[in-house]
Amino acid sequence: MAPDSPVIVSAAALVRSRRRAAFADFVRRFRRDRLAVTGLVVLVGFGLMALLAPWVVDQDGLSAVASLDNPTWAGPGGEFLMGTDHLGRSVAAQFVQGSRVSLFVGLMSTVLTIAIGSVVGIVAGFFGRWTDSVLMRLTDWFLVIPFLPLAIVLASVLGRGIWNIIFVIAITSWPSTARLVRSQVLTVKERLYVDRARALGATQVHVIRRHVLPNVAPLILASATLAVPISILTETTLAFLGLGDPTQASWGKTLEEAFQAGAISRGAWWYYLPAGLGIVAVVLAFTLFGRALEEILDPRLRDR
Amino acid sequence: MRPRFVVGKVLGALSTLAFVVVVNFFLFRVVNDDPVESMFRGRNLSIEQKDRLRQQFNLDGTRFEQFAAYVRELLSGNLGVSLQSRRPVTTEIGEAIWPTIALVGTATTLSMIIGISIGIRAGWRRRSRFDVGSTTFSMFTYSVPDFWLAMLVLGLFSVQLGVFPTGGLQDAGTTATGISLLLDQLHHMALPCLVLAIAYLGEYAIVMRSSMLDTVREDYLQLARAKGLRDVDVRRRHAVPNAVLPVVSLSALNFGFVLSGAIAVESIFSWPGLGQATLQAIRGPDFPMLQGLFLLFSAAVIVANLAVDLLYGVLDPRVGGR
Amino acid sequence: MSVLELRDLSVTYRTESGDVPAVRGVNLTIADGDTLGLAGESGCGKSTIAGAVLRLLPASTRVEGQVLLGGEDVYAMNPGRLRAVRWTSAAVVFQGALHSLNPVHRVGAQIEEAIRIHGLGDAAGARRRAGELLERVGIPASRASRYPHQMSGGQRQRVLIALALACDPKLLIADEPTTALDVMVQAQVLDLLAELQRDHGLAMLFITHDLSVLTHACRRLAVMYAGRIVEEGAAGEVFADPQHPYSRALANAFPTIGDPASRMRPSGLAGDPPDPSALPSGCPFHPRCSLAVDACDTTDVQLRSAGVDRSAACVHVGPS
Repeated sequence: MAPDSPVIVSAAALVRSRRRAAFADFVRRFRRDRLAVTGLVVLVGFGLMALLAPWVVDQDGLSAVASLDNPTWAGPGGEFLMGTDHLGRSVAAQFVQGSRVSLFVGLMSTVLTIAIGSVVGIVAGFFGRWTDSVLMRLTDWFLVIPFLPLAIVLASVLGRGIWNIIFVIAITSWPSTARLVRSQVLTVKERLYVDRARALGATQVHVIRRHVLPNVAPLILASATLAVPISILTETTLAFLGLGDPTQASWGKTLEEAFQAGAISRGAWWYYLPAGLGIVAVVLAFTLFGRALEEILDPRLRDR
Repeated sequence: MRPRFVVGKVLGALSTLAFVVVVNFFLFRVVNDDPVESMFRGRNLSIEQKDRLRQQFNLDGTRFEQFAAYVRELLSGNLGVSLQSRRPVTTEIGEAIWPTIALVGTATTLSMIIGISIGIRAGWRRRSRFDVGSTTFSMFTYSVPDFWLAMLVLGLFSVQLGVFPTGGLQDAGTTATGISLLLDQLHHMALPCLVLAIAYLGEYAIVMRSSMLDTVREDYLQLARAKGLRDVDVRRRHAVPNAVLPVVSLSALNFGFVLSGAIAVESIFSWPGLGQATLQAIRGPDFPMLQGLFLLFSAAVIVANLAVDLLYGVLDPRVGGR
Repeated sequence: MSVLELRDLSVTYRTESGDVPAVRGVNLTIADGDTLGLAGESGCGKSTIAGAVLRLLPASTRVEGQVLLGGEDVYAMNPGRLRAVRWTSAAVVFQGALHSLNPVHRVGAQIEEAIRIHGLGDAAGARRRAGELLERVGIPASRASRYPHQMSGGQRQRVLIALALACDPKLLIADEPTTALDVMVQAQVLDLLAELQRDHGLAMLFITHDLSVLTHACRRLAVMYAGRIVEEGAAGEVFADPQHPYSRALANAFPTIGDPASRMRPSGLAGDPPDPSALPSGCPFHPRCSLAVDACDTTDVQLRSAGVDRSAACVHVGPS
């Protein structure tokens, strides 16, 4: 049989079609996990709410001055869907507005955490030996420092503000990401094709970019999704303790104000219930989504 | 355990502690170059008075001289004087530490025991109703902010139902002593302890379950069964001793989180422990107290990590053995 | 009465993608003190049989037929009887000793456990006996306090053998006992097994993919392919004069000692073992068989007599 003239397919096109197929496979698997899909839907919902907040929320509802005529401590129903707080402000307005800071800080600090952790992890894992020992020592040090005392100290010293919070969360969270990334890099390094690339004379940067990163990226993505819940919970705690930005509404701040105003002893559950539920919903959604992501991207976890 | 293993771990812990001391010192000097100025701003003090204060607080001399003085004091057990109460920091901490130890100690023990037991059962019979139920429960408790749970619990059991007190270590103005005092204190500790335990057992359950799922595939379980062991014994004697190892490591990591959680929960229940002390110090800001507390918290976590590392060396003969 | 008898044993694994028949209608008999080797490539079902004898297969597996251990059907036993029979009637020496031994228990303790479960000794007695067993397999009794990771591969395999003998079983099932070992150590372990078998009059079921090992260790030999026994007979005869094309290919894959020419032309076998969930029609071997004829595609060949105490499942084998 005479051979047909070979179809010339560029390497890039081949890679693209393979990536597309992999993505389609990923979407298919993801759709099957109903919990994960629910999580995604919840996240999109909250995300939209946060983004649209400035237009949806009646800014007057947040201001104590403008709420002077409102009934204070009013239960849910009637004019105020979720009731009012001790100053007469609308709880619903605070809920919607508060989602912005909680989500923003959660996401930004995770981005920073992942950035620092990945760089440290990749450098430590790839270059090994001395660099590895030094970086791992550093990581262990940071891992041991309990986040809240550090956050308190930093907030007292640097002052309150959103970016300080983001910085604090990142400073205390990057070690675990670094550890994870490093062990994955070590696994990849063992694989032969890295040696082969080296033997072919590839520079280290090239090897990192082409071989290490693509294999480590999925893990980083999955752990990022699971790191967001922790960031959000941390921000909430910091805001509750009075270390958050005093000028911005956040769910943690709502809880702090509720507590300070004596909502518990008054039985004004509508003041502190929604914010907490919001946190639980968002954190759960991220966790479900992240676990599904992790399972799909790491075949070893599939049988769980 | 090999001596080299133990020594290595102890040295590691000490070096981490040293790092913490350095960070602790310089952190506070970052913004606050002259604490005396900021502390006594608005008060009319002469230069001599300020100098004397600086000497008293070890704030004269260069940074490094100050650091040396700081370390010297540290080693002799002096953590400075609280700005708010004027009492030695060590005294303040000494009073606040026992309630926190009692609370955190009990809560950690409870969450470990319950969480691990749940995880073992869930992982042994994967996809059973118990597994699905407990995993869902664990995910929920993991997502709940501990202090919010405290608020809910307080609102429900204290305010609404009146079954438990609303806060404090014991009933205000109580004259009880001995056993009845202890019982009263336990009564007050019940809710915060419950909240902390529930908030953290989820993590243990999830990790234990994961670990069991890994262990269940191991070949030595098949051999154990082939020898004629009952299922229960296979689980208890062969699976669990292996599966529990990662959880032991986790407990060290978790300890830092539990301590941090205690700070927030203590405030809700007005529990007079280190958490309350910390919050009060934030409001000052009472820098010597904050410095002392930070050092204490970090030291506690470092020691906990060391203890767990050594324990791991005992439990797993492949680590730290001959 | 035979020590082990498999009657029409069929084992089907239930997986997410459907049923996978690992063993399809196997008949086997091992008499007291007799030794049978079971050879075949990976995936032919031989390890499944090892698991089936002591009912160690996963709960989702479907088992049909009978497994008679000392005349009793293992699959009809109640749990208590099954646990009593395990290790005392038959014991297994698994492959991969590093993973078969519990890493957090000392090796001595693991042997003692077997003794004490079956009430064959108290604490002191069990410890003594464990020491004796270790000495018997060539390991100093003092090593009983060691952990598995502190021993070499060969030593661990011997520990598994010592463990298998702990309750004086009548049948020893060796599932690829030498696969993970170096050649020198392999020889030692094989010699040890042969010695123990002679001294204790053990019946042995020796499972392996390495045919050359079996000819010296076993009196009889059975070859498995795609879940079925395709040839059976006296070991020497089967190896020297294989009747089934597959056995022939298997035998030829190993150079014969004393025949320099055979070293020069080891013959491999083209193709791969069939996927158990998608077996070829008729004789499962026919796609790879050089002697295949049309009938092979349609006839589901069973074992037929190929001589005195010999049988093979091939259309070319007829009554002689």
